[in-house]
Amino acid sequence: MPLPRKESIATPADSTACKTAQGIETPPHVGQKSRVVLGAGVIELDNVGYSYGGGDLLSDISVQLAPGSFHFLTGPSGSGKTTLMKLCYGALLPTSGQVRAFDADMASLDRDQMALLRRRIGVVHQDCRFLDHLPLADNVALPLTVSGRDRGAESENLAELLAWVGLGSRTDALPPELSGGERQRAALARAVIMSPDVVLADEPTGNVDWEMSQRLLQLLVELNRMGKTVLIASHDLTLIRAAKSHVQARVLRISNRRLQLAGADL
Amino acid sequence: MSRGTIRAYVLGDAQADRVVPPTGITAQLTFFVSAAMAFLAVFALALSLASGRLADRWSDELARSATLRLSAPADQKAEQTAAALRILTQTPGVARARALSAEEQAALLAPWFGADLPLEDLPVPQLVEIIEGDSGYDVAGLRLRLSAELPGAVLDDHTRWRRPLVEAANSLRRLGLIAVLLIGGATAAMITLAANAALAANAQVIEVLRLVGARDSYIAQAFVRRFTLRALSGAALGMAAGMGAVALLPEASDAGGFLTGLGFQGATWLVPLLVPVLGAVVAFAATFVAARRRLGELR
Ligand SMILES: Nc1ncnc2c1ncn2[C@@H]1O[C@H](COP(=O)(O)OP(=O)(O)OP(=O)(O)O)[C@@H](O)[C@H]1O
Ligand SMILES: [Mg+2]
Repeated sequence: MPLPRKESIATPADSTACKTAQGIETPPHVGQKSRVVLGAGVIELDNVGYSYGGGDLLSDISVQLAPGSFHFLTGPSGSGKTTLMKLCYGALLPTSGQVRAFDADMASLDRDQMALLRRRIGVVHQDCRFLDHLPLADNVALPLTVSGRDRGAESENLAELLAWVGLGSRTDALPPELSGGERQRAALARAVIMSPDVVLADEPTGNVDWEMSQRLLQLLVELNRMGKTVLIASHDLTLIRAAKSHVQARVLRISNRRLQLAGADL
Repeated sequence: MSRGTIRAYVLGDAQADRVVPPTGITAQLTFFVSAAMAFLAVFALALSLASGRLADRWSDELARSATLRLSAPADQKAEQTAAALRILTQTPGVARARALSAEEQAALLAPWFGADLPLEDLPVPQLVEIIEGDSGYDVAGLRLRLSAELPGAVLDDHTRWRRPLVEAANSLRRLGLIAVLLIGGATAAMITLAANAALAANAQVIEVLRLVGARDSYIAQAFVRRFTLRALSGAALGMAAGMGAVALLPEASDAGGFLTGLGFQGATWLVPLLVPVLGAVVAFAATFVAARRRLGELR
């Protein structure tokens, strides 16, 4: 695994604390070693509601992503998975309630603080947007570039990472020349290149075959083993079931505008 | 904005430049507009400076050149001179009045009649120099009074006819400056439009950059630097062409009057060098404001 230095908190994955609107309480994690985060979760949603202007799309959502936890987010198409992800990385602000990341209220961050925060949260967007005029390698390295990190120093990491997602031979291709699956792999590589504390992946396996989706999942599981907090939005229940044999994951489901903890039916 | 940030904006870094795709036509338009505007600005400056020079020279001459010529029989000369001085000191708007001494008058005539002219023996009129105050005096009123009390006195006010010309030259200078300001404003407007077009065309790029953690200043810098450099180089070219054209105008000559001498003189040749600098500053500010406003619309 070429990835990120093992610098951060390695909290046991089972220390997840999750509370839903339905009042399902899971034990808050105990014996947390690191004081990297002051609150209970790296990302915390407190009674969050969201509306795009019409009726409420999400309401009364409370969840904490504990450091080192692994969550799946599922729900029917249009139920608000992507919206919830956007709330988690500050692309949207909640219409009610509060979203905190690393103990900071998202709504209170200024624009520069938001930029710095995003460097700590790796995001695989559902629509995988790239800079179409830059070759793949530059796109994957973009978070390094914009944060002023020396790319030369990271070039070995970059090459290894690209090889790992199976794009080692496509580094000079422009994004429009890539297949859907290749774009998704590139997006995952871009999301993790900064060695973020949290990885949010919105349908990261939507366009790839089973074997590749297993490989991408494996990458996310390895990141999680290094202590990264992982949240994957997916409606692919087979993938979720397969993942549960590798990692202790919790499955959150959006149903009826609210978030519930999925039970044994998964 | 700290000095470091400004340096970053001006020098930039190659990476930051690459993240924004080439802005093509908008950048070329910025170059062209800056060049054309700088060319015009150089002419407006030349006009303004030349008419300013003219106004200054003419008004300088105006300020002190009235003369009273007093022809009187030799025995009444001193008496009439005293009377003239009394009248002049009583006239509002006359700052000072002074009878020229015999030596001074001889010096004035020396170029024509030689140095050893026996002035005493000739009926040379007595000259009285009048220094006008800031408010100016009522010429017609003074003439009337002089003709009543000293019929031999002639008020020679030969530069007075130039007063409307000085006013004309002054308004020409103002017009030139207004033209320079308008050119600056039009340049700012054009570059704002061009920058906005480039920003709109790159909305996707900007969004991706924000999402991967780029600060506003980083994104703005890529655009600001590009437009500032285009404006600077365009304006430098326009200025060089404008100065060349001004240099080719005919030299100042008495025969040409106002129309010649429309160029720069001496140190004022340095003034147009400010044009590209100001063009770059205008482009910097216009793009900076446009970029910040665009970015403010994004989270
Ligand atoms: N920018 C927007 N403005 C208005 N409505 C929006 C916007 N984005 C999403 N929606 C609506 O909000 C709802 C939830 O969208 P969202 O993308 O969060 O769903 P999703 O669960 O991710 O769906 P999918 O599984 O198809 O990706 C949808 O009905 C969608 O039409
Ligand atoms: Mg979605």
